[in-house]
Amino acid sequence: MNVLNYIGAFFDDSAHWQGYDGIPTRFAEHLQYTLTALGIAAAVGLPIGLLTGHTGRGGNALAMIATAARALPSFGLMVLLFILLGLGMTPVMVPLVVLAIPPILVTTYEAMRSVDPAPVDAARGMGMAETQILFRVELPMALPLILSGLRSAAIQIVSTATIAAYVSFGGLGRYIIDGLYQRDYEKVVGGATLVAGLALATLAVFWLLGRLAVSPGVRRRV
Amino acid sequence: MIRIDSVTKRYPDGTVAVDRLSLEIPDRSITVLVGPSGCGKTTTLRMINRMVEPSEGTILLDGADIQQQPVNTLRRSMGYVIQNAGLFQHRTILDNIATVPRLLGWGKEKSRARARELMERVGLDGSLAKRYPYQLSGGQQQRVGVARALAADPPVLLMDEPFSAVDPVVRKGLQDELLRIQDELGKTIVFVTHDIDEAVKLGTMVAVMRTGGHLAQFAPPAELLSHPADAFVEDFLGADRGIRRLSFFPSAGLRLQTAPIVAVDATAEQIAAHDTADAPYLLVTDPNGRPLGWSEPRDLTAGQIETGRLLPYGRPFMAGTDSLRAALDCAVLSPTGWAVAVDAEGRATGVVSQQAIGEAIRGAHAERRTDDTAQKVAP
Ligand SMILES: Nc1ncnc2c1ncn2[C@@H]1O[C@H](COP(=O)(O)OP(=O)(O)OP(=O)(O)O)[C@@H](O)[C@H]1O
Ligand SMILES: [Mg+2]
Repeated sequence: MNVLNYIGAFFDDSAHWQGYDGIPTRFAEHLQYTLTALGIAAAVGLPIGLLTGHTGRGGNALAMIATAARALPSFGLMVLLFILLGLGMTPVMVPLVVLAIPPILVTTYEAMRSVDPAPVDAARGMGMAETQILFRVELPMALPLILSGLRSAAIQIVSTATIAAYVSFGGLGRYIIDGLYQRDYEKVVGGATLVAGLALATLAVFWLLGRLAVSPGVRRRV
Repeated sequence: MIRIDSVTKRYPDGTVAVDRLSLEIPDRSITVLVGPSGCGKTTTLRMINRMVEPSEGTILLDGADIQQQPVNTLRRSMGYVIQNAGLFQHRTILDNIATVPRLLGWGKEKSRARARELMERVGLDGSLAKRYPYQLSGGQQQRVGVARALAADPPVLLMDEPFSAVDPVVRKGLQDELLRIQDELGKTIVFVTHDIDEAVKLGTMVAVMRTGGHLAQFAPPAELLSHPADAFVEDFLGADRGIRRLSFFPSAGLRLQTAPIVAVDATAEQIAAHDTADAPYLLVTDPNGRPLGWSEPRDLTAGQIETGRLLPYGRPFMAGTDSLRAALDCAVLSPTGWAVAVDAEGRATGVVSQQAIGEAIRGAHAERRTDDTAQKVAP
């Protein structure tokens, strides 16, 4: 049997489409973990990145924190938190958020710093307030790069959220871990395929977001 | 009026960019700050809209200290144009121009209507309104920059080397356009450049600055060219200061000769009559009086003047409106050494020799000297 047969068999089995272990449920769980983690990471990373990028201060500190965060192994962190805190959503969310913040933070900072200084100077000279400069001038011009930071964070979360299954939570990781345990390779491959599909869907969503949110005047220049 | 009163700017690293500068910038005219790179022009300009805060001294706008005004209110009352225009890439041309009106709380429609009006004023085609900055040439972008600065009709316009990034032909167009707009609007313009020709062309008053942020001379361009304050200014004005100064002498006083002009359909008697003129050449015109070229009198035969064999007459000057510089330039360029004066319709109104222009220049200089002495005697 090759991989394609596994995939076919997995998706053909009607049992995989129903109940608490069905694809729709697991998919929704995975999506929920991803969106929650991405939301928290963005809520932390975007404001800090925008502000430090706007003022130009704190860039070095940011880079250091980001490097440190990247060095943390997600799986190790989760197991550690699980031992310390016991069963709960926190041991799952913390590693995902820690994983997602560096790309968001660093890319947002870099995006803001790489905005052409001339229009910013012009905006200030015309009497725009600093918040207006940030949101009406810098942000629209930095948006393509900022979105790319969010996109790579989202992709990383999608693939890493599979580890939630190790601490008995749901998501698409369930198929992979249970499948390995049960030597049910159909399940393993099916789960992996679903994760890959979700990652591709994430790419598509960000592409669409870029089309809708980024001004044509800026899109041409990146 | 903007009054810069003994202003010094010391940057945090210790650089003194402007040193005890005092300057009175007259209303409704163009004041140019000119000088070598790093002499403090940009710093001076940016202190007027408080993009840079002076270390010492005060700047007064209509008698009030600009420090007392909310900074953004002050900036919105002053148009600001920078070197590469600094347009907002994410906004259309129309929305770029409408920026300050929108900041001032005008409605969207009113702001856009105003922006359209300004596009026309600065010579931009209305079809560009929906475009984005990257779709415009450098010269067009600069026009948008000027329109954006003028949008809320501010009394003051600050311009930092606005035309230095475009090629000479486009630059000349933009300069002419600025002078035309200024004729219509009468703004108080402070214009920074390092190009002395631009300064002389645009400035009602020119402030020459020297490295270290000192004012070397503050004078109208004609005076700058005739009486440079010191060796630095003289050097900065360049070697052809004398020729350039002729731009300020009108050609109206030139004695034009009409005797050496014959029409292409002239009769033998008419040609013979002109032969007595003291000019070695005759200017042949078409039946409407437009110049065709020069010829020696003996080469002309009535009824069969070959226009193809005439000597070119170069570029004519407009009698009265053009300066002595233009007249001299025509004479120098003409193979016969004579300049051709034309009227607005391009008809030859007279010719004048290099020698006669030289006399006029000497006369004009003498007249200026008497004026200067008179001024000194009775201040
Ligand atoms: N932010 C700053 N910090 C420190 N020094 C500065 C700063 N801005 C300008 N300077 C220095 O102040 C001096 C005057 O600078 P300024 O930009 O006003 O010159 P400029 O006459 O406009 O020159 P240019 O023709 O090259 O634009 C220069 O020596 C410059 O290096
Ligand atoms: Mg400068």
